[in-house]
Amino acid sequence: MFVSVFHLLATAGNYLEPVGPIAGTERAHLIKVIWVSMIAIGPALLATPLILWRYRRSNARAAYTPKWEGNRLLEIIMWGVPIAVVTWLSLHIWKSTHQLDPYRPLAEEAITVQVVGLDWKWLFLYPDQGVALVDELIVPEGQAVHLILTTDTVMQSLQIPALAGQMYAMPGMTTHQWFFAGLPGETRGFNAQFTGLGFSKQEFVVKTVTQAGFEEAMASMQSAPPLDEATYSKLAERGTPTETKLALGISTDATLRFRLAEPQLFARVLGRYHTGQPLASEAQPGSADYRAEAAALPAAMNTMPMHHHHD
Amino acid sequence: MTDSLCGNLTWDSIMLVKAWKDPNVNNLITAGAAAMIPVGALMVPLLLLWTGWWRPLFRDWLASVDHKKIGVLYIALAVVMLFRGVVEGTLMRLHHATALHGGVLSPDHFNQLFTTHGTTMIFFVAMPLITGLMNVVIPLQLGARDVAYPRLNQIGFWLTASGGFLITISLLIGQFATGGWSAYPAYTGSIFSPGVGVDYWLLSVGLSGIGSTLSGVNFAVTLYKLRAPGMTFMRMPLFLWTSLCVSILLVLIMPPLTVACITLGLDRYLGFHFYTNDLGGNLMNFINLFWMFGHPEVYILALPAYGVMSEVASTFSAKRLYGYPSIVVATMCIAVLSFLVWLHHFFTMGQSALVNAVFGIATLIIAIPTGMKVYDWLATLWRGRIRFTTPMIYLCGFLVLFVIGGLTGIILANPTIDFQVHNSLFLVAHFHNVIIPGVVFGMLAGLHYWFPKVFGFRLLESWGRTTAWLWIVGFSVTFFPLYVAGLMGMRRRAVDYADPAIQPYMIVAAIGSLILCLAFLALLGTILRSILLRKQLAVPLGDPWDARTLEWATPCPPPEYNFAVLPEVTARDAFWEAKENGTAYAPVEKYEDIHLPPPTYYGLWIGAFASVLGFAVVWHIGWLSLLGLLGSIAVPIAYALLPYREIILPAAEVQKQDEAWRCAARETDGVTRDEEAHATNRGLAKPDELEIEFAAAER
Repeated sequence: MFVSVFHLLATAGNYLEPVGPIAGTERAHLIKVIWVSMIAIGPALLATPLILWRYRRSNARAAYTPKWEGNRLLEIIMWGVPIAVVTWLSLHIWKSTHQLDPYRPLAEEAITVQVVGLDWKWLFLYPDQGVALVDELIVPEGQAVHLILTTDTVMQSLQIPALAGQMYAMPGMTTHQWFFAGLPGETRGFNAQFTGLGFSKQEFVVKTVTQAGFEEAMASMQSAPPLDEATYSKLAERGTPTETKLALGISTDATLRFRLAEPQLFARVLGRYHTGQPLASEAQPGSADYRAEAAALPAAMNTMPMHHHHD
Repeated sequence: MTDSLCGNLTWDSIMLVKAWKDPNVNNLITAGAAAMIPVGALMVPLLLLWTGWWRPLFRDWLASVDHKKIGVLYIALAVVMLFRGVVEGTLMRLHHATALHGGVLSPDHFNQLFTTHGTTMIFFVAMPLITGLMNVVIPLQLGARDVAYPRLNQIGFWLTASGGFLITISLLIGQFATGGWSAYPAYTGSIFSPGVGVDYWLLSVGLSGIGSTLSGVNFAVTLYKLRAPGMTFMRMPLFLWTSLCVSILLVLIMPPLTVACITLGLDRYLGFHFYTNDLGGNLMNFINLFWMFGHPEVYILALPAYGVMSEVASTFSAKRLYGYPSIVVATMCIAVLSFLVWLHHFFTMGQSALVNAVFGIATLIIAIPTGMKVYDWLATLWRGRIRFTTPMIYLCGFLVLFVIGGLTGIILANPTIDFQVHNSLFLVAHFHNVIIPGVVFGMLAGLHYWFPKVFGFRLLESWGRTTAWLWIVGFSVTFFPLYVAGLMGMRRRAVDYADPAIQPYMIVAAIGSLILCLAFLALLGTILRSILLRKQLAVPLGDPWDARTLEWATPCPPPEYNFAVLPEVTARDAFWEAKENGTAYAPVEKYEDIHLPPPTYYGLWIGAFASVLGFAVVWHIGWLSLLGLLGSIAVPIAYALLPYREIILPAAEVQKQDEAWRCAARETDGVTRDEEAHATNRGLAKPDELEIEFAAAER
């Protein structure tokens, strides 16, 4: 029943209509948990109207036991059923949480993408391919993808519902999200963590392409404009995708694709918060006072600072 | 630059001036609401002067340390704030119905709306409702004359009220925060949120939080030390057990919130780096602190509702509560477990699968005692004689809807599912699903149940039932569509959306929110209409519902000292046992003098100075902050130096009052439950159980 209801509700680009195996498994968990919980919840939902009707005061034929206050067998069932259901669900949580740990590497060979959350757009850096895109994530079909997330503003949360759940991204820190790309096609991703005025506009498109298509796209960007520190500082200014394109003087329909001229960019963005110096509001991307000229990035750090421990 | 006289306050800070200069839709909506403040501030005193009510208001209410009156003040505060919360919720639902690619409200306005809505509803509606109800009921059920510290009680109320004042005045002067009720930094830090909004949040939440800590201490001591002779822990009515758990939780969890407010305040005001992006600050610490408060907070709100529902289930099915020891154990389990699950509010912050799994399982374990309670209530109704009074209708709605909220809670406890529905409208639907049917229905059932105890007359049943149904239907129509929209990928706190498939759900939810507005109006209507008809609804003899616990062993309303003679408790349903033995209204042999705490304006002064302090700190007005601070310190010192003169009520006077009531009860013929909602119900019950036994014996 639930499967069919969900099918009716499904629209493109969401969790209920997954296009990749991770989101597919997450959806299967939802359905499984609902069914199992019904063992404990169903009887209560059914019994409530029946009891209320049967034992209404006007029904003189119904039994009445005003002093009855306990029954050992009933007590065992009442504790036992929820305990049994919760035990099953706990085992499920234990297994599934480890199985779908977003930090778990999915393959030896993976496309690594460094993601920088800005107000209110996403910057995707491909260190191995030497390219960078704004609000566009291109992945080859069936491949494992490793996102390394941070932000250069407040906390954000990256989610591509049809492919994988969300993961927070925080300034000066990295978090990780692995997923498998599905079949060629497009789906949407977004920031799920409220970040102010342009929050609702912070969406991006995920393009799954064939292997050949991926290589072609990467190659074509080698002749794109360079993403260096100055361009980055301009991008980091707060604004919705449309506002940013207008500020950069390009068409709002155009895509923002770059050649990654500064390979250390991600490390330097992280380093901004680890210089040991205070950060003035003019130098903080995302603040209203921010000025690109005042926001020089520090030199790259040798090691990634404040890495989460278990990756 | 900060002005030395007015701080950061300018004419343009005042919403009405802003709307005059720039009359757009958003400014006009806000200004319209803001205009109610000066109008109210002018009209209410004029009304009070004109009617002469100001004298009894100050003398009998604002100066009173009677727990029943302080409880009523809390509930009145909650109802006033509920008005704002409901209007804001409705505005957001109406906005979303139009918000495909845009909508009526501007992002800034919408962001303030969800922040004030959440903050108001949690801190200034739900909290005062439960504190108010606990205030009214605890001493009465316990067989005590007042709470342990009556003055502290008054101070707690006025601190909460000063927080309410700040969040209210933010509508007129300045603006409120936009960072949500949970106020995560660094968004709420001074770099990303300059201006006064977050400062209003910090001060209003901080002040009311201190008030709640004081209430927790007070109730805990009351429950430990002031139980009537013979009232062992295992004889306490369920509402007292839930109150005890809440008191313990309040004492232990309000401090993390206070610390979170102070540290974020230090970041904002003095340039500290607890949660800033730079210099080693870390926002994750705030998030942990906030939810160490925030998760147990959910149970602070829910547990008293469970307590009310236990009383309602037993009273209105004329039957003992099923499985009392189990429910007590379940309640304590929930209270303890509530400390161990805070991390489930951020499964997505990058911790290891092990940590997520442990907190997910801990969350599920809470479902065991909670599910147990639902079964116990059903077993209480089973083989009862159920009367569909207003509180029982709330209980029916609660049983069905709360169970669904529990189901979605179990869903959210799974980290792999939470990754997908966290931060979506699914989450919003879930917590409204536990807070409206769980907490609000419980509080409204309690309001209806105990109203006659406090005011001496019942609320109209016909209106009460209509109101209950409106809440149930309104809730369902508003929030079930939000579950679907959330699964479809609509983010919480997003001002608009791009998927046309979401709009139909938003339109249905908007209709639902209008039904909820009607429910709120019907609630006010119930109270007003009942006040007009109070003569025929009066139940002076004290027991309108054929109830079972000690609070009903007093007249309605009870005298200020509650019990002329402290009752001896020999059983769980103490009053029921007395009725069964025919001793409920028996003459008392010996009366003694009663000592009562004197009325005082202590709390009012503290609240006034705290409000001044809060407002001045928000606007960086140095001299006024100093005045507020010194005043807040001077008031306790002054009252410590003033002589404390208890009021002594002579035994003869107590005897006169008490005997009048007992004689009336003995001389009156009680009514059966058939006449429960009739004017013939004067508060003396012919117990259903005894009637049936009698009839059986006759046969």
